Amino acid sequence: MIRFDNVTKQYPGGTVAVDDLSLTAPTGRITVFVGPSGCGKTTSLRMINRMIEPTTGTISLDGQDTATMNEAELRRGIGYVIQHAGLFPHRTVLDNVGTVPRLLGWDKKETRERSRELLARVGLAPELADRYPSQLSGGQQQRVGVARALAADPPVMLMDEPFSAVDPVVREQLQDVFLDLQGELGKTIIFVTHDIDEAIKLGDQVAVLRVGGKLAQISDPAYLLAHPVDDFVADFVGRDRGYRSLQFQPTPRLPLANERTVVLGESVADLSVPWVLVVDDAHRPLGWVEPSRIDAEVRTEHLHRGGTVARASGSLRGALDAALSSPSRRGVIVDDSGELVGTVRAHEVLSLIEAADRPDEDRASALAEEGS
Amino acid sequence: MTWVNDHWDEIFTLARSHVWLAGLPLILGLLIALPLGWAARRWTRVYPVLISTSGLLYTIPSLALFVMMPLIIGTKVLDPINVVVAMTIYTVALLVRTVADGLGSVPDDVLQAARAMGYRGFRRFFGVELPLAVPVIAAGLRVAAVSNVSIVSVASLIGVSQLGNLLTDGYDRFITEEILAGIVACVVLALIFDGLILLGQRLLTPWLRAQGARS
Repeated sequence: MIRFDNVTKQYPGGTVAVDDLSLTAPTGRITVFVGPSGCGKTTSLRMINRMIEPTTGTISLDGQDTATMNEAELRRGIGYVIQHAGLFPHRTVLDNVGTVPRLLGWDKKETRERSRELLARVGLAPELADRYPSQLSGGQQQRVGVARALAADPPVMLMDEPFSAVDPVVREQLQDVFLDLQGELGKTIIFVTHDIDEAIKLGDQVAVLRVGGKLAQISDPAYLLAHPVDDFVADFVGRDRGYRSLQFQPTPRLPLANERTVVLGESVADLSVPWVLVVDDAHRPLGWVEPSRIDAEVRTEHLHRGGTVARASGSLRGALDAALSSPSRRGVIVDDSGELVGTVRAHEVLSLIEAADRPDEDRASALAEEGS
Repeated sequence: MTWVNDHWDEIFTLARSHVWLAGLPLILGLLIALPLGWAARRWTRVYPVLISTSGLLYTIPSLALFVMMPLIIGTKVLDPINVVVAMTIYTVALLVRTVADGLGSVPDDVLQAARAMGYRGFRRFFGVELPLAVPVIAAGLRVAAVSNVSIVSVASLIGVSQLGNLLTDGYDRFITEEILAGIVACVVLALIFDGLILLGQRLLTPWLRAQGARS
């Protein structure tokens, strides 16, 4: 558990970067600091491993005041990932990952084994181990950065906009890898971002900071979207927060309709419906086709790929989006193995949404208690 | 070529002392410039002082420095140490700035990461900062090496023998071939120094050559 007690950072000249910040980041959870530039989120992060010293107030790690700890030892126990990965250009990928274990005095062999294991864990091919960072793509570098931070298995990780310098597709992949890892490892993580979507996707709790380093609101993401405390937070979480908050609502039992399907390669000439769903041999949906436009068997290039696919166990946002994006207006729903279970219409999802409760309870305070 | 053919032994003896007089100061100068350059980076106020002082040192004419050395360090007038010390001063003057700039060329996010991983003091300097400064430092070292080879030849005027003797002696006795031999020998020596530093740099920076291989 990381605790900020009345932490203020004032620079010579009077600029206040962080103003009387008090909050608790529970053990084993992701706490996201989010806010516009100048809100002191990175400063707050860096005060945890004492890259920056607070002017007043205390930060404690599992009850111990960090100001009383040895700086270098404190840092070796905290994984740190930064925006451009900050990899050492003169060391191979493997040696980069092994940095902290070597500083802690592990022997060479042990370090190499551990580093290889971590590369696999973050989804990097073993043959990349002997490359230099300049030979990797931005996304790969960032994965190495995450592996390096995890190398000595620190209980705490600090992540400073780690995914913001890569393109949106790669960013999403990295976020998913990160969430998977966190599911297994359960680190206490402080994650800094300026992107509210990222904050909401990754955070167990989200702390919104305003310019001048004041905490505006701290709560779990669903509660934050449903109950912003003031105009600043409401503005910051954005216009489509109603729609986005659906991603926290687990889908109740959907009224699924059976869908007439064809397998790729089958003929659709005798079908008189406007749209028909094409599946593969394992009954996984591939896309929609219009039988009236095809005179023989269905081939890959006929597929309309506009529709999204939602998992039955996913969120209401996914189900609604599947219905809205489908050319046939019937949203494709699959089970966890990707097999088609049926389709659903937008109005059916909407009635489920209307029947569902809005989040009225902030789970962030519960997390804090559970972590202490 | 007759003169050269008759004097190979002499040329080699002179070349050997030239290597010592130019090469040893290069190594000593680098060793002294490393902490000074580091200090110039570390304390921003030291930087301008060190840079302007070292720039001034370089403007002292070499002959004057050679002649003054015995007065400053109390050595004998003909002692080759005078030349070594004077050349070391020139090398330091050239390299302090190079080292400071080389350390300054290390990307900030790499330094931040090193700090955040728990690197400190010497280990950070030798493990992260210095290796990354090698390309810049090596470039400065090449300039210093070539300049040393050329400046050392002036030492003939104070009676310390090296390849410069071929120039002074050739001039005194009107032997054009001897003068040419001296010039060529100096150039060859400078090229060898340059090549060695380049080789050293390549060995120390394998990551720079890997850059093109991105897949």
